[in-house]
Amino acid sequence: MSELLVVKGVVKRFGGFTALDGVDLNLKVGERLGLIGPNGSGKSTLVNCICGTLFNDEGSVTFEGHEISRQPAHKRIRRGLARSFQLPKPFSSMSVAENLCVPILYAANARPGAHHVTPAQALEQAMEILKKVGLAHKGHEMSGGLTQVDMRKLELARAIAAKPKLLISDEAMAGLSNSEVDEILELLFAMKEQGIAVIMIEHIMRAVMRFSERVAVLVAGRKIADGDPEAVMRNPEVERAYLGE
Amino acid sequence: MEISSSLILNAIVAGVLLGGFYAAMAAGVSISFGMLDVTNIAHPAFIILGSYMAYIVNSWWGWDPIVISIVLSPLFYLLGLVLYRIYYYAFERKGQQSLRSLAFFFGILFITEVVLILIFGVDYRLVKSSYTETTWQLGEVDLPMRLVVPFLVSMAMIFGLNWFLSRTFFGRAVLAVAQDQFALRLMGVDPVKIKERAFGISIAIAGVAGAFLIVIQPVQPSIGRDFIGLVFAICVLGGMGSIKGALLGAMILGLAESFTATFFGPSWAPAVSFGLLLLTMAFKPSGLFGR
Amino acid sequence: MHNKMSNKVFIPLVYGVAVLFSLLAVLVPNDYFFSAAYTVLLFIILATAWNILGGYTGYVNFGTAAFFAMGAYSTVVLYKLSPGMPLLLKIVIGTAVAGLTGLGMGSLTLRLRGVFFSIATLALSVVMFTFVVNWDYVGGARGAYVIAPRDVPFGFKRYIHFLYVVMVLLSATAVVIARAIETSTIGRGLEAIRDDELAAECCGVPTLRLKLLSTTISGALMGMAGTTYPYFVSYLEPASTFNLSYAVNSIAMPLIGGMTTWVGPLLGAVLLGTVQQVVQVTISSAWNLLIVGVLLVLFVTLAPEGLMGLWYNWRRKKQGKGGAK
Repeated sequence: MSELLVVKGVVKRFGGFTALDGVDLNLKVGERLGLIGPNGSGKSTLVNCICGTLFNDEGSVTFEGHEISRQPAHKRIRRGLARSFQLPKPFSSMSVAENLCVPILYAANARPGAHHVTPAQALEQAMEILKKVGLAHKGHEMSGGLTQVDMRKLELARAIAAKPKLLISDEAMAGLSNSEVDEILELLFAMKEQGIAVIMIEHIMRAVMRFSERVAVLVAGRKIADGDPEAVMRNPEVERAYLGE
Repeated sequence: MEISSSLILNAIVAGVLLGGFYAAMAAGVSISFGMLDVTNIAHPAFIILGSYMAYIVNSWWGWDPIVISIVLSPLFYLLGLVLYRIYYYAFERKGQQSLRSLAFFFGILFITEVVLILIFGVDYRLVKSSYTETTWQLGEVDLPMRLVVPFLVSMAMIFGLNWFLSRTFFGRAVLAVAQDQFALRLMGVDPVKIKERAFGISIAIAGVAGAFLIVIQPVQPSIGRDFIGLVFAICVLGGMGSIKGALLGAMILGLAESFTATFFGPSWAPAVSFGLLLLTMAFKPSGLFGR
Repeated sequence: MHNKMSNKVFIPLVYGVAVLFSLLAVLVPNDYFFSAAYTVLLFIILATAWNILGGYTGYVNFGTAAFFAMGAYSTVVLYKLSPGMPLLLKIVIGTAVAGLTGLGMGSLTLRLRGVFFSIATLALSVVMFTFVVNWDYVGGARGAYVIAPRDVPFGFKRYIHFLYVVMVLLSATAVVIARAIETSTIGRGLEAIRDDELAAECCGVPTLRLKLLSTTISGALMGMAGTTYPYFVSYLEPASTFNLSYAVNSIAMPLIGGMTTWVGPLLGAVLLGTVQQVVQVTISSAWNLLIVGVLLVLFVTLAPEGLMGLWYNWRRKKQGKGGAK
C-alpha cells in the first residue's frame, strides 16, 4: 500500500459558506506535493480537516488505510501526521528545546512499541533535532523572542520532532528573504532522506517548483489541477485563477 | 397551590418587567464582552456602585434615584475609560489576555465589594421615591411602579443604545472594531480610542442599571456576584454583541426567574440564571441569534 | 525551572520537614498558633490545588469554595451517618467526592473557551450553594454542628494539635503531588495546553484528557482541604463555607507567589496567609480582604509572574544571557 494519505470528497461548510466543495487528494509515501491556490481558496481548511483541528462534513480522510475522519487531532498526530502553523504558535513560556519535548513525549514516543522517555531524555533528543535544523545555539533561549525565520524553523522542527510520516508545511516561507527561504527549503528537502512525505503550501512559486514532485491547485474550495508541476502551471485554468479573468 | 390564571398572568407581567430591567444590566456586557472581547466579570460591581451612588444622593437630598444615576453617568463613563486604559496597557497589548485579565477583573469585583462593605456595612439599603410604594391595578394584574418605571426607562435606554450603535458613525465604528480592527485603522480611526469609549459607555449603562436595581429591590454589597451569571447568560443567549439579542435573552431570563420564584420559591432564583447559562454554553454557545 | 532533584529525594525530604513541623505541636504552648497555622496550612493546600489547574494548565477556577465545601459537607454527612468513622477515612472519601465533582464539571465545561469555563465555575459555586442551603440533612441555611471526639487520637493533648498535624501532612501531600505533576510528562503536556492549546493538540497532547485530569486532581485536593474544616470550626454554615474569599485567596496566593512552579503557591500562601492572620487580629477582617484584593490586582498588572518570576528574572540577568526558566 503506497498510498499514504487518501482524501476523498471532503466537504466543509461554515454556516452558509462552503469552504471545501468535494476535494480529492492522494499522497504516496515519501512524496513531495506542492499545494497552491489563491488566498481564501480553502488550503488551510483542508489542512485542518486532514489534521483533525476541524472535522469534515462529508467525505473521508484515510491515512495508511485507516479512516481517521472522526479522530481528534492528537490521535492523528500519533498516527504520523504533523503540521506547522502559518502563524507560528510557539509554547512561549518554554525554551526552544522544551518546545520540541512536547511532541517527543506525546507523539514520537507515545506510539505502540515506542520506548518510554523521561522529560530529561526528551530534552536530549530535542537538542539533537535542533542541531539538524541549525537552532541548537538557541536551544535554551525562550521561544517567545525569536526572529521570524527562527520561529518558522522552530515550527517545522517541532513538527519533525513528532517523527511523522507526513509533514504539512503551511506557508512556512511567507514574508521571508530569499536566503531565508532557501534555509527553510533545505530543511524540507532533508525530509526526503527520512522518507517523510511533505505537503508544502506556499505562495512563493520558485520554492514550490523546485521542491514539488507534484502540484495540486485549489481554487474556491475545489481542486482544479493536479499533476506534474510544469504542466499544472501551464494549465489555462490555473493561470486564470492567479491572474484573474 | 392553586394555579389560577391571575397567578400566571402576574408571573408573566413580572417576568417581562424584570426582563426589561435585566436588559439594562446586561447591555453593558454585550458591549464589553460581546463586542470588545473584554471579560469584565466585575460589571455587576459597577451596577452595585451605581446603586449605592443613587442611594447616597437619594438619602441626602431626596432626588429621584434614576434621575441621579443619569446625571452621574458621565462619572461612570470616565471610570470606564480609566479602567480600559489600565486593562489595555496591562493585558491586551501584550496579548496575554485570558488568565490575567480574568484575575484582574475578579480582583476589581472583590475590591469594590469590600470597599462598599467598609463604607456602608452589610445592611441592606433602600431608596424612597414618589413611586416606589405605588402599585397600579389593571384588571387582575398588579403593576408595581417600582418595576414599571425602571422598565420604561430601561427600554428607552436600550432602544436609544441600539439606534446609537446602528446609526451614528461612532456606533458603527464600535460594531466594526469587533470585526475588523485593521480596516478601521485604514480609515484613519484609532481602534483603541473606540474601544475605550465603548467600554466607558458600558460602565455608564451599568451605573444607571444600578439605580434601577435599588428601586426594584434592597441592595447590599455582596449581591453583585449573583448577577455575574445573569448578565453573562443574557449576553451569551443573545448571541454576544447583539443588543436586540440581549433584550430577548433578558426577557427569557426574566420570565424564567419569575415563574421559578412564583412556583418554587425565590431562593432558587440565582440558580435559574446560572443554570440557564450552563445549559446555553453546553448546547448552543453561539446563542439564539449567534453569528 | 524544572528542579534537578529527583522525586525519590524530594518526597522523603518534604515529609521529613512535615514531621519536624508536626513536632511543634508538642512544643508550642500557645493555642492561637495552631488556629492560625491551621488556616495558613489550609491555604497552602488550596493555593497549591488551584495552581494545578490555573498555573500549570491555564484555566482559571473561580469556584474554589464549591470544591472546598464539597469536602467539608462530605465530612458532615459522614459524621451524621457514622460518627465513629476515623478521620482518615472521611478525608479519603471527601477528597474522592470532590475529585468526581471536578471530573463532572470538567466534562461539561472544558470544551468551552477558557473564559466560559471560568464563568461556569462561578455558576457551579452558586448552584451548589443553593442546593446546600435547601438541604435540611446538613442543616440548610441554619448550619450543622460537628463535635470533635473527646478522646484525642494518637495521644495529642488537644484536638486542635491533632488537626494541625493532619493538615501539615496533607499540605506535604499536596506539595508532593504538585511537584510530581510539574516534573513529569503530564506537566509538560499541561504547560503546552496553557501556552497554546491548539498547538498542543497538534503535537499529540491529548488535551481534553489532560484537562480533565487537571480539574479532577485540583478539585480533589481542594476538597481534601475542606474535609477537616468542620472539626476546626465546629459549626459549619453555608454562607461562610461558600465565601468568595476562598476563591480570591486561592487565586491571589499562586499569582503573588508565582504560578509556574509548586514553590509559588506555597510561598504565596505562607506570606499572604500570615499577613492576613496579623491584619485580622490587629485591624479587621474586612481590611484583610481589601489587602488581598489590592495585592491581587497590583501583582496581576505589574508583576504577573509573581515573586518566583521576579526572582528567576533577576537570576537570569545575573547570569547574563536568556536561560530557560
